[in-house]
Amino acid sequence: MSTGSMEQLYQQVILDHAKFPHGRGLGVATGQELRTGESHQVNPTCGDEVTLQVDVSTAPDGAVTVRDVRWEGQGCSISQASVSVLHDLVVDHDLTTVDDLAGTFRALMQSRGAGLDDDAEEKLGDAAAFTGVGKYSARVKCALLGWVALTDALIKTGATRTSEDA
Amino acid sequence: MTSTLDETRDAARTAGMLDDVELAAVRADFPLLSRTLRGGRPLVYLDSGATSQKPEVVLDAEQDFYVQRNAAVHRGAHQLAEEATEAFEDARDRVASFVGVSPAELVWTSNATAGINLVAYAMSNASLGRGGEDSRRFAIGAGDEIVVTEAEHHANLVPWQELAARTGATLRWVGVDDDGRIRADELDTVVTERTKVLAFTHASNVTGAITPVARFVARAREVGALTVLDACQSVPHLPVDLRALGVDFAAFSGHKMLGPTGVGALYGRRELLEAMPPVTTGGSMVEVVTMETTTYAPPPQRFEAGTQMVSQAIGMGAAASYLAELGMDAVAAHEAHLTGLLLDAVASVPGVRVIGPTDTADRLATVAFVVDGVHAHDVGQVLDDAGVAVRVGHHCAQPLHRRFGVAATARATAAVYTTDEEIAVFREALAGVRTFFGLTDGSGA
Repeated sequence: MSTGSMEQLYQQVILDHAKFPHGRGLGVATGQELRTGESHQVNPTCGDEVTLQVDVSTAPDGAVTVRDVRWEGQGCSISQASVSVLHDLVVDHDLTTVDDLAGTFRALMQSRGAGLDDDAEEKLGDAAAFTGVGKYSARVKCALLGWVALTDALIKTGATRTSEDA
Repeated sequence: MTSTLDETRDAARTAGMLDDVELAAVRADFPLLSRTLRGGRPLVYLDSGATSQKPEVVLDAEQDFYVQRNAAVHRGAHQLAEEATEAFEDARDRVASFVGVSPAELVWTSNATAGINLVAYAMSNASLGRGGEDSRRFAIGAGDEIVVTEAEHHANLVPWQELAARTGATLRWVGVDDDGRIRADELDTVVTERTKVLAFTHASNVTGAITPVARFVARAREVGALTVLDACQSVPHLPVDLRALGVDFAAFSGHKMLGPTGVGALYGRRELLEAMPPVTTGGSMVEVVTMETTTYAPPPQRFEAGTQMVSQAIGMGAAASYLAELGMDAVAAHEAHLTGLLLDAVASVPGVRVIGPTDTADRLATVAFVVDGVHAHDVGQVLDDAGVAVRVGHHCAQPLHRRFGVAATARATAAVYTTDEEIAVFREALAGVRTFFGLTDGSGA
């Protein structure tokens, strides 16, 4: 019954993450030197929601690293799989890399399904599977929900500049 | 299966519904219905509960106003102004007569939400002493109660929450049963001598259940409460005679009844509109203005400050005439037939559950459902891929969804132009949803 565009949208990677999400379950940071930020985001048009916690550590040289991401949420497969993929992508990466990933993912969503160059898609790993979402403007918000929560939670850790400071 | 459909259709046809030729003629009136979507798929529009498509007569009426008659209404003495005013007031006559009321009782609003807010804010103003002795009956305060239902669209809930917060009154509500029907049996306990307003929907935009209005009105009258009816979902689909229903106020929108967006109507019983203080103030709603004070025009103009949505009102008038010409009995009979088909379609697919009554009695062709294991948004996406447009989400009725323990549903709604064939396409697409997400349980085909 499908034209094939559904298979492009709902890549197996997305369906797998939606079924068996990674990083699910809120809690507290384990490690004294960690700072935690939390953000709750809602997509008011469909009721999808996510609560995301991020733990960061700061090295003596000031470099900030994401140590863990935990989340709870409910919503469509796109929104939930996207948070799960985000978890795998950002944990144990420094803030500069995470910011870059977030920006690249945003660019992917704005590409209207055309995708990005090979380097960018390689960087995104499993998140590149969301390319097809960009074709459906109503679903872009679903895919971005977790990333919006991550950006907000990082600001709340105090480890990143707010947009006002920038 | 085909023969069953035909038999259902034959039975319904005898009940006065549109025949195939009439239905084809109706569809030909709606240019948008013949467009195709991605991949050349025909459009199957099952989202009329959100907004309806518009027949050419409505588009023409709006265009004709701008091409032939555009001028400021109720101002100026030149010929164009006269013609514009006549067209505007003629539209009011058409919409008023469509719902069985006098044009003097019909206030143009920008949409139904604005109509309900108008009543709520007029009550606020009355509570502050505005409107003098006459408006005392609208005053509300601590110790008074406002009653709504758990089935309300946010438009008929949030304005009352706000009114309660502004005035110190208490908001109470009548619940919904497991079938999605409003618990009219709770009226006697929830509606009391303290109740000043009873606001309720004529038909739920989620469950499709039609409210027994007479019971609500009777109970409100026993305690002297005002009744406010949300008639958005009923007016486009059923013969509605607001005066016969006996409600004090009713709000409905143009865009759900084949008319344009940006226009709606508020009905108020004449004596109530006359006693009610204005809400939005300014030009066009006054009699005498001095630097110190102002006297107000009689209704409906008292509630129509500023430049009105003239072309849209004229479009809404054309929509009312279009529906009246088809005959609302025929429209309702056609849609009752579609209700059965929609419910059958949903029941035919394993793992799909209706949120709302599963019998066809006293309900609209508005069928909300959940698919086990698949979020409504994903359901909608797969249906969209088959060209089927349904609404997904909470449909501006979060408390009702919470009542059923779900965050979101998918909702198929039919209208006068919906065909049996379209519901067959919906049925087939729905049958593929769980399969697509790898959830076939062996019982489905």
